[in-house]
Amino acid sequence: MAVPEQKQSATEARLSAMELPEPGCTRAAREAALARVCEMGLPSRRDEYWKYTRPDTLVDPVALPAAVFQNDEKPLFDGVDRLKIVFVDGVFDPDQSDDLSLEGVRIDRLEDICCKDIHWAKDLYGVLEARGHNPVPRPLAALNTAFASDGVAIHITQKVSKPISLIYRHASESSDAILHHVVRVEEGAEATILENGPAASRFNKCMEIDIADGGTLHHVRAQGRDHERRAVTHMFTRLGRESVYKSFTLTVNGVLTRNEQVIELTGDDAVAHVAGACVGDGDFHHDDTVFITHDAVNCESRQVFKKVLRNGAVGVFQGKILVKEGAQKTDGYQISQSLLLDDDSQFLAKPELEIYADDVACSHGSTSGAIDETALFYMRSRGVPEKQATDLLTLAFLAEAVEEIEDEALAGDIVDRLDGWLSRRA
Amino acid sequence: MLEIKNLHVKLEEEEKQILKGVDLTVEAGKVHAIMGPNGSGKSTLSYVLSGRDGYEVTEGSATLDGEDLLELEPEERAALGVFLAFQYPVEIPGVGNMTFLRTAVNAQRKARGEDELSASDFLKLVRERAKALKIDADMLKRPVNVGFSGGEKKRNEILQMAVLEPKMCILDETDSGLDVDAMKLVAEGVNALRDEGRGFLVITHYQRLLDHIKPDVVHIMADGRIVKSGGPELALEVEHNGYGDILAEVQ
Ligand SMILES: Nc1ncnc2c1ncn2[C@@H]1O[C@H](COP(=O)(O)OP(=O)(O)O)[C@@H](O)[C@H]1O
Ligand SMILES: [Mg+2]
Repeated sequence: MAVPEQKQSATEARLSAMELPEPGCTRAAREAALARVCEMGLPSRRDEYWKYTRPDTLVDPVALPAAVFQNDEKPLFDGVDRLKIVFVDGVFDPDQSDDLSLEGVRIDRLEDICCKDIHWAKDLYGVLEARGHNPVPRPLAALNTAFASDGVAIHITQKVSKPISLIYRHASESSDAILHHVVRVEEGAEATILENGPAASRFNKCMEIDIADGGTLHHVRAQGRDHERRAVTHMFTRLGRESVYKSFTLTVNGVLTRNEQVIELTGDDAVAHVAGACVGDGDFHHDDTVFITHDAVNCESRQVFKKVLRNGAVGVFQGKILVKEGAQKTDGYQISQSLLLDDDSQFLAKPELEIYADDVACSHGSTSGAIDETALFYMRSRGVPEKQATDLLTLAFLAEAVEEIEDEALAGDIVDRLDGWLSRRA
Repeated sequence: MLEIKNLHVKLEEEEKQILKGVDLTVEAGKVHAIMGPNGSGKSTLSYVLSGRDGYEVTEGSATLDGEDLLELEPEERAALGVFLAFQYPVEIPGVGNMTFLRTAVNAQRKARGEDELSASDFLKLVRERAKALKIDADMLKRPVNVGFSGGEKKRNEILQMAVLEPKMCILDETDSGLDVDAMKLVAEGVNALRDEGRGFLVITHYQRLLDHIKPDVVHIMADGRIVKSGGPELALEVEHNGYGDILAEVQ
């Protein structure tokens, strides 16, 4: 299929501003990814798949500047004992990071996987991304595979005692970062990966996660609060038999965010939960795009996405569950809801189910609504001031998504962030 | 305590007059009952007193200890001591009953310039009040009124009232949907709060609640007005003869 001319010139403009990193063992994967980018072309607003979100600022050769958010709240996950891996404007910073050794996990920088001959990482890099251009292309992920300048390979071999915490600091107003991580969870192993921070003015992140039979990965992330930052992220996850993947994302502020989750349940009895809570005020556009493939028996998938929008903020949800032939006893649940705090805000949802097996239970629902006036009056009649009552109802609305986080301390930190957002609003 | 004078209320959105000149004074320490046929405006009166949107006062006044209630926000009225036990208590998914109660207690204390209750004092107070109403720990933990039976919802209203200790308690058909045992619990809860400084306005459709909560004064409301007032015997008259006779008599 030929790439339309306009798309081709936009793609060429971006590519001509970039250079493939040093040759190394990922070179072949990067070249293949680059070929995919050229073949697909970078997204444009004409693409059906980008109907609700304008990709141009993610595609343009030069990133728009973004001011660094300052406030005196304590950093997220501050009280959590964790292994910190810090990136500043998309570059690993060994001085701010902890020693990377921890029992049950081996962590290497992407650039070291060749000299250290880390086979699993070489074999995973770009592989799930390449499989993930179905049913639609995700060229920004291929662009990431080709040009990622840093990242880590996380090999989880046992139950890891504390979370691995990826911290993305934003320092330069003109930073434009591309990070690519690969994660392998071995049989029966278990870990939690945390991510937080804005990373850069423009951030393109890709994480490929391969979970072997009986493995478990928890993922909790909070995207940075810098108002003008832009981000596109892809999580590609493949699950083996009886494995578990639970991912939660909090987004507070950010002029543009597109989070894609591409999940393949390939072994029987696997479980995948993805959840998101986002709160946006004003110049805020947040897009969750999820594609879950059930390709094994008796798997469970669950999507819970909640968005609170005000002052013209826009929320998008595109979620699809594909149940392949033979994926019997599939349990698929999807809910996407928005709470619109005024008439200016907007929620666009496109939930989809495609089912080729007969013994399945799938449900999806999408709603958009305002604060429940009756509940608001009830609370006020008990003496709770309007603002406080509205905040309580807002947190209650988000609760179903936040409750997807199993760890109470992490969930508590996320609720604190939401409280902070609410208290900054008059 | 509560003084309502010539209160006229219409719907904000429609040209529909609901209250057409209500006069009513509830003194501290007294229990007043309002009875009346469906649609006569009883719930409207309770909503207007507590500050619900959607109504427009076209004439008249309502004051609590001389303060103009109609000028105040619902939360300000609550802090002054107005409490409405809702005819249809509202479910609030995602907000725990305890969280809600504690937020309400402390918001009112703050509005009155008092210190917040400590977590342990609050817990003690709620446990004690809940026990008397046979509300168990599980009900306290659950989201406000979600999945509660009709009777549980009404008992939960009385629990809120017992914990908030308002000056002026308005109960809107708190007896509807209750079996005899639940009604006794509710009545005991109300009676336990009766004291010199507190007034009650008990709206009910039936006399039976008034067997348990003995009113000092009974009013009959019809078509947006108090058409007759009297002692407890008026409730019995309604019980025996219905509203027909009374309404015919006043027309
Ligand atoms: N929000 C409203 N919208 C439309 N009609 C209303 C509204 N509130 C009250 N009414 C009408 O006003 C009248 C009095 O209602 P209400 O106060 O509920 O009576 P009661 O509690 O005595 O049964 C009824 O005719 C009712 O339909
Ligand atoms: Mg009524």
